[in-house]
Amino acid sequence: MKLDLNVNVHHLTRVEGHGNIRVKVEGGEVKHASWDVVETPRYFEVMLKGKHYTTAGILTARICGICSIGHCLASIRASEDAMGVKIPDAAVKLRLLAKHGETLASHALHLFFLAAPDFVGLTSAIPLIDANPAVVGIAANLKGLGNRLCDAVAGRTTHPVSLQVGGVAQLPDREVLRKIAADLLASVPQLTATVELFKTFAIPDFKRETEFVALKGVDSYPWIGGDLASTDGVVKPEREYLAMTNEWVDDNNTTKWAKLSRESLAVGSLARVNVNYNLLRPEAKEIAKIFGLAPVNHNPYMNNVAQLVETVHVVYEIVDMIKEIVEWSDDVPVMAKVTPKAGRGVGAVEVPRGILYHCYEYDKDGRVVRADCIIPTTQNNLNIHHDMGALAKHFAKEGMTDDKLELLCSMLVRAYDPCISCSVH
Amino acid sequence: MKYLRLEPKRPRIGVFDFTSCEGCELQLANHEETLVPFLKAIEVVNFREVSSYKGEDYDIALIEGCISRDDEVGRIEKIRAQAKVLVAIGSCACFGGVNRLKNAYNLDEANKEVYGDKPKSTAKVRAIKEVVKVDLEIPGCPINKLEVERIVQCLAFEVPFNFPVYPVCVECKQRFTTCMMEKGQLCLGSIAQAGCNAPCPAGGLGCWGCRGPAPDHNFEEFMTLAKQRGFSEKEISERLGFFGGFEGRR
Ligand code: SF4
Ligand code: SF4
Ligand code: SF4
Repeated sequence: MKLDLNVNVHHLTRVEGHGNIRVKVEGGEVKHASWDVVETPRYFEVMLKGKHYTTAGILTARICGICSIGHCLASIRASEDAMGVKIPDAAVKLRLLAKHGETLASHALHLFFLAAPDFVGLTSAIPLIDANPAVVGIAANLKGLGNRLCDAVAGRTTHPVSLQVGGVAQLPDREVLRKIAADLLASVPQLTATVELFKTFAIPDFKRETEFVALKGVDSYPWIGGDLASTDGVVKPEREYLAMTNEWVDDNNTTKWAKLSRESLAVGSLARVNVNYNLLRPEAKEIAKIFGLAPVNHNPYMNNVAQLVETVHVVYEIVDMIKEIVEWSDDVPVMAKVTPKAGRGVGAVEVPRGILYHCYEYDKDGRVVRADCIIPTTQNNLNIHHDMGALAKHFAKEGMTDDKLELLCSMLVRAYDPCISCSVH
Repeated sequence: MKYLRLEPKRPRIGVFDFTSCEGCELQLANHEETLVPFLKAIEVVNFREVSSYKGEDYDIALIEGCISRDDEVGRIEKIRAQAKVLVAIGSCACFGGVNRLKNAYNLDEANKEVYGDKPKSTAKVRAIKEVVKVDLEIPGCPINKLEVERIVQCLAFEVPFNFPVYPVCVECKQRFTTCMMEKGQLCLGSIAQAGCNAPCPAGGLGCWGCRGPAPDHNFEEFMTLAKQRGFSEKEISERLGFFGGFEGRR
């Protein structure tokens, strides 16, 4: 077969951050396939040194504009673990509510604005404003609801202010929450319309077996803290996160690479669904069934579907949680007393793009001695890189063109919803 | 779409990111109630994070992020040559932002700490105006979308935009937020530039001065007051240095 293909994407669009794709096929044989991250590093772990525990969460939120709430939560959880702080139950719930707001906003942003245009042959969602205003309306509404929830609970969506070591700074305005829950319930038909829309999308037929890593839920689908698990059967306590990541530095990338039992690992919505499928709410499971998503699914493009399933899951869970929270009395405690002390602590949080770890070592005054942050996309980068080779091999057949392959490769990276500047931090 | 019998121009906008968290770009897609009219009022010709279309014929360049690696210098110079108006958005672009904290450390040691024996290319963090001419700076970490909308309206009608000269305290009082200083927290609200609508005190956190100093402020008075209330020089200085906006004032 005399098939020659060349894909060279410099600074892939519609993803957060900067990365390059290169694929070279000669005579039907894959000669080169790579995903390289060229983002400028920011050295957050260095900047954290000497910072007070009250500052660490404010600083690390700035690792990522999209999942700043997730970073802040992982950070304050690590600090609380290090100092032996137990936060009030109400604060646990409020943090989860803020987390759900972020998941909703982030998944809506990715599904509609970053992923969907590829499936309908557009370069962005902007032309849809005139071509299909209904879809843009749904996207803006769902994303807006997520943002409103974050604003109400965390004080601000991008770079939260109320999530602090010890709990949350204050109870949210319950009237605002009530309104958000009502608006979410009114949006259920929009979720159904979204499912119908995604049914019309042709998800590329491709799979490459890998190991998925996520938090392991006990009695509910997990988001904040708990044991770590992989689809290859590895289970570790949160504090032993390093055994799940095994990071190393590569010559060509500013991101680090990670692996567990195989050559690479994957985290994210698909990993969460693969590890915790049984804990999904029935409304969400129903959507998974429609798309044939069952554990363990090894098609990376199905991460889009997994995000849709999780969107439905969090919408119903937010409504239930708000029902409970509006009944709380005004003086329910939301903040625990914090006394700085020396120690090491870990916080693992499932952010939209997968499991995130922060680990800090504190001195007796509550200042950071050493910090480590392991970002979901950092864990995914090597998996994307290996997918690229398998994908090129799978699709390098008669009829394939440079443009078609470039689109498939770009869609692959976008399916992971990578947060590249995060992954380099 | 006429307003006061004037036909607004649709500014041709390019959005470009340098070293940053991309949170400011994200704000452009926020405030969903007015997102559609906002996107109709402007013409987005280049915005890598949301569009694969890469036009080079923009008039206004919105720049997010700071300069922290040599290859970024050439990129920003090219954009400067094309853009009629170059706007720095966010504290990273205006002051270097939190990234500037890196400048307190030796770069080789920082590299060793993070990358071991495989150091990556990096440089001292600089704000955009330290590298090319900047026509307008919109501070904030992140920027406030409502303020950006007002600025875009002004650009579209070619009328000047003025930032508030008063400090955050004014907006904070308008919201009836209980003062954080009264609650025992340090707050830079009396010296930081307003325009954000004081979201931090309202959420239970003293202001960190992400927008830099207000044109009208009394720095000495603030220092006296903060020290009187028992905040240490170290704590105040750390706060002032956090986003880079008070560089030279601590
Ligand atoms: S100013 Fe803040 S929100 Fe904006 S890009 Fe920089 S770190 Fe992110
Ligand atoms: S909380 Fe801060 S911004 Fe608000 S009034 Fe007090 S000092 Fe000013
Ligand atoms: S209150 Fe202060 S820290 Fe918060 S957004 Fe305004 S200027 Fe920035």
